[in-house]
Amino acid sequence: MIAYIFRRILYGIPILIGVNLITFVLFFVVNSPDNMARMHLGMKRVTPEAIEIWKQDHGYDKPLVFNSQAKGMEKATETIFFQHSVRLFVFDFGIADNGRDIGYDISQRMWPSLAIALPTFMIGLLVYITFALLMAFFRATYVDLWGVILCVVLMSISGLFYIIGGQYLISKVLHLIPISGYDVGVNAIKFVVLPVIIGVIGSIGASSRWYRTIFLEEIGRDYVRTARSKGLSETRVLFQHVLKNGMVPILTGVVVAIPLLFIGSLITESFFGIPGLGSYTIDAIASQDFAIVRAMVFLGSVLYIAGLILTDISYTLVDPRIRLN
Amino acid sequence: MHVCQNNGRLFAALKGWWFGLLNLNKIFSGILIPFCLATFLFACDKDAWNNPYPLSEQQANYLYSSFSERPNHLDPARSYSSNEVEFTGQIYEPPLEYHYLKRPYELQPLTATEMPVVKYFDKNDQALAEDAPVEDIAYSVYEIKIKQGVRYQPHPAFAKTADDQYRYHELSKADIDKVNKLSDFKYTGTRELVAADYVYQIKRLAHPKLHSPILGMMSDYIVGLGEYSKTLGAAYDKLAETHGETAYLDLKQYPLLGAGVVDKYTYRIKVSGKYPQLLYWLAMPFFAPIPYEADLFYTQPGMQKKNITLDWYPVGTGPYMLTVNNPNREIVLERNPNFHGQTYPQTGDRGDVEAGLLDDAGATLPFIEKAVYKLEKEGIPYWNKFLQGYYDTSGISSDSFDQAVKVGSGGEAQLTDEMLDKNIRLVTSVGTSTYYIGFNMLDPVVGGDSERARKLRQAISIVVDYEEYISIFLNGRGISAQGPIPPGIFGYREGEEGINPYVYGWVNGRPKRKSIDYAKQLLNEAGYQNSIDPQTGQLLILYFDTPLSSGPGSKAYLDWMRKQFKKLDIQLVFRNTDYNRFQEKMLKGSAQIFRWGWNADYPDPENFLFLLYGPNGKANYKGENASNYQSGAFDVLFEKMKNMDNGPERQMIIDEMVSTVRHDSPWIWGLHPKQFGLYHDWYRNAKPNLMANNTLKYKRVDEMAREKKREQWNKPVIWPIILLIVVFIAGTIPAVSAFRRKERMAAR
Repeated sequence: MIAYIFRRILYGIPILIGVNLITFVLFFVVNSPDNMARMHLGMKRVTPEAIEIWKQDHGYDKPLVFNSQAKGMEKATETIFFQHSVRLFVFDFGIADNGRDIGYDISQRMWPSLAIALPTFMIGLLVYITFALLMAFFRATYVDLWGVILCVVLMSISGLFYIIGGQYLISKVLHLIPISGYDVGVNAIKFVVLPVIIGVIGSIGASSRWYRTIFLEEIGRDYVRTARSKGLSETRVLFQHVLKNGMVPILTGVVVAIPLLFIGSLITESFFGIPGLGSYTIDAIASQDFAIVRAMVFLGSVLYIAGLILTDISYTLVDPRIRLN
Repeated sequence: MHVCQNNGRLFAALKGWWFGLLNLNKIFSGILIPFCLATFLFACDKDAWNNPYPLSEQQANYLYSSFSERPNHLDPARSYSSNEVEFTGQIYEPPLEYHYLKRPYELQPLTATEMPVVKYFDKNDQALAEDAPVEDIAYSVYEIKIKQGVRYQPHPAFAKTADDQYRYHELSKADIDKVNKLSDFKYTGTRELVAADYVYQIKRLAHPKLHSPILGMMSDYIVGLGEYSKTLGAAYDKLAETHGETAYLDLKQYPLLGAGVVDKYTYRIKVSGKYPQLLYWLAMPFFAPIPYEADLFYTQPGMQKKNITLDWYPVGTGPYMLTVNNPNREIVLERNPNFHGQTYPQTGDRGDVEAGLLDDAGATLPFIEKAVYKLEKEGIPYWNKFLQGYYDTSGISSDSFDQAVKVGSGGEAQLTDEMLDKNIRLVTSVGTSTYYIGFNMLDPVVGGDSERARKLRQAISIVVDYEEYISIFLNGRGISAQGPIPPGIFGYREGEEGINPYVYGWVNGRPKRKSIDYAKQLLNEAGYQNSIDPQTGQLLILYFDTPLSSGPGSKAYLDWMRKQFKKLDIQLVFRNTDYNRFQEKMLKGSAQIFRWGWNADYPDPENFLFLLYGPNGKANYKGENASNYQSGAFDVLFEKMKNMDNGPERQMIIDEMVSTVRHDSPWIWGLHPKQFGLYHDWYRNAKPNLMANNTLKYKRVDEMAREKKREQWNKPVIWPIILLIVVFIAGTIPAVSAFRRKERMAAR
């Protein structure tokens, strides 16, 4: 398995280079170094000299990907792409165009993102699977029918509505929880409750329906009939057999998402004033801070690759027939 | 069986939880009963549950505000935008400030002992009289004497050891590894403010690593500043070869011709020619003092890696000091224990006494102990928190306008009953800003000095109905502009003499926009008979260059604008591009018609009229004249006016300049926005001052009244939660019995 993981990590390197290149091209198609300088220096009284100096200071005065003036390898290395990307592979995110250390900011901002994303993920998983199992248990009854209708209704409502409606009802009308904000330690709990509840409710529809489909598919298999014919109760059939066999498709969607919990959620963080990595990325895009955008895309790619590897490993845990080689 | 048995443990915990959930007794005893008990216990507590602040802050003399985007720069050499000077203005003290209450805006000494006296000299260094002709003045000298005994806030850069050595000026890597924020330095110190600190900061404007936004502009005035920046650039490059990025450039070693120390408490600024606007700049943080110790402290290797920089942790002498700078959550300003002391103004403007703005006359400043700025990225949560009493003030967004304001029978803005019930006050003021539509004067169709183009521009100016725009898009929050100068700035004229005669007439005591027929007549006179372009034989097509916007109302705005041009049967085509492309078009002068704006740096007409000064053209000179307007007559008058003191003669020249540009119509003059501010009744001394940025020290809150209102407005409502629990239980019982029934059936 170790050889397999090592190989997968090696496969990740060209993917990361490709992602970096695409990010770079897309970013600089929209933004030129001059625009970035103008954005950072402010819109008033910016002289062409100041723009040149800014570009020079931040290493944006070089050609983008090919330096025809340079010699040998420097044609490739004396470029913005090389100079700004190669450090990422040793996880040195460098200094943002606004002068802040990106690594430090990421280390500070990932905790608020996790504070929201992790409980939402864990509680959500329990709620969705429980609800899906209940629907599967009461399949072809009114419970199942109304459960599916409820799921479709919940799926049809915009996520933004849950946020604004939740804030209005819970915080403004009922005065139960602060409407937005964040704090550290135990004080964070009162700020985390509402986004977590909304995050869980907002995804019940789609997730529960998906899990229900998986479980219903499993229920129709031969081994379930065998279990029933042996006289096992429906509960044991569901929880001991169907749930276990349904884990492979569930893990496919779930484990890959675990590392990405660090990245945070843009809309939730923005509306609840949660200072996580989601808003960090969007702020960077808005302020044309390429250093941060590049670092966050790189980090996202690394985490996604890590998620895929973890998913593969998790398959071997739930289904021993699977071997990684 | 599909799955081996050896992974059963993986599910044991999950299974227990699920089985537990289906056991009604456990539901009651384990979850619901404690939850209900906790709910009732919380309900008995008088504290508001939705209070976002710690309990320890109840009844504290704190002010609560917010920021939606973190300030990029807090270094006074760099901070320029309003969300930056909101903080730097409270921390740094330039020599001058604006009087808080008096209008028109009036400068007064802050750390200076008196207003600086300017002396003029000719090219032979001979002193000239105060009223010497501008052309004779080779340079001016401002001598500024500062107060003695002013001390810096406590800061580790000043901390010294017992043997009088700076404690933190030669930190090792191990020392820096131990700290993550400024407060991790155990010891702090202070020292007296001296004139050299002001000179040091003026030199910093030219520092090659700081990119001060005013360096280019100030280089035209402060003698030798441009050359000085080149000298520093060369010196820094040399130093960086050996010390790398963290090289400390000791500015004390490099004298600047235009700024120097006279004695410990006096310094001198030398400017080329006559530049009376320098006094306004002396009221901005750009000219606040910086102690060299701070620069030395922050440039140590490893500090930037920890984000401990002057750009992040300012060092000032002002009434407040920044104690928490966590852009992820909050920025906190606390009272500076070393503040030299100041008192609330004894005199104000007309109506200030009646408004209670002089109730605190003579009281010691600042009033507020701590100002807490919370990260608030969205308007809806901010607005709701304001209504709940958790923010002390609020602006009014379009979303909340109808909830806050109703328009009275006379067209005046009034608060709604909901606001009045909460004793919220509304304060309005006209901003010293102008938002206009510009014609690119380099464009062959709408630009140029020909009578054809001029009449075309005048006709369009008439049909773009800004009164309607203000009513539809701004809920009445603005006034139509009659020229480039907004109200509150010297040179602005009110009433009939202030109207733009090319667009308005004076009817029944108020300006009335000229008719569409008149505009059509102008268009015909311009050579566009019935709006037909003689070049093409088709209806005239014009192009409106605009950056893409996905904001609410952007499409409605474009539709409205198209409708305005349609009044003249002109087809308006929108050329939407992203913001960067739009900026490039403006720089190249390839846009045709565009929307633009300007906020005043200081209350002088020069700061608006320079937007039309030829040598400031954006396309040719990269200046701020976005429409690339060039008029010899205007430019001559501008050069004369810019250095004059306010008075009848200056007013006369301004009138002539305004008349010229109204005739030439390089802009559709647009509007001056009205600012609406809402204040809770516990928030005192609120008077909009659009020039001063250090107004926090004048603000006062009645924290007891605030706490009382918060409790009153935020009583928790728990019955829906109890109802929800009951419904859940009621729904669970039949489900559980059905479950058990099915279970038994399956077992059989």
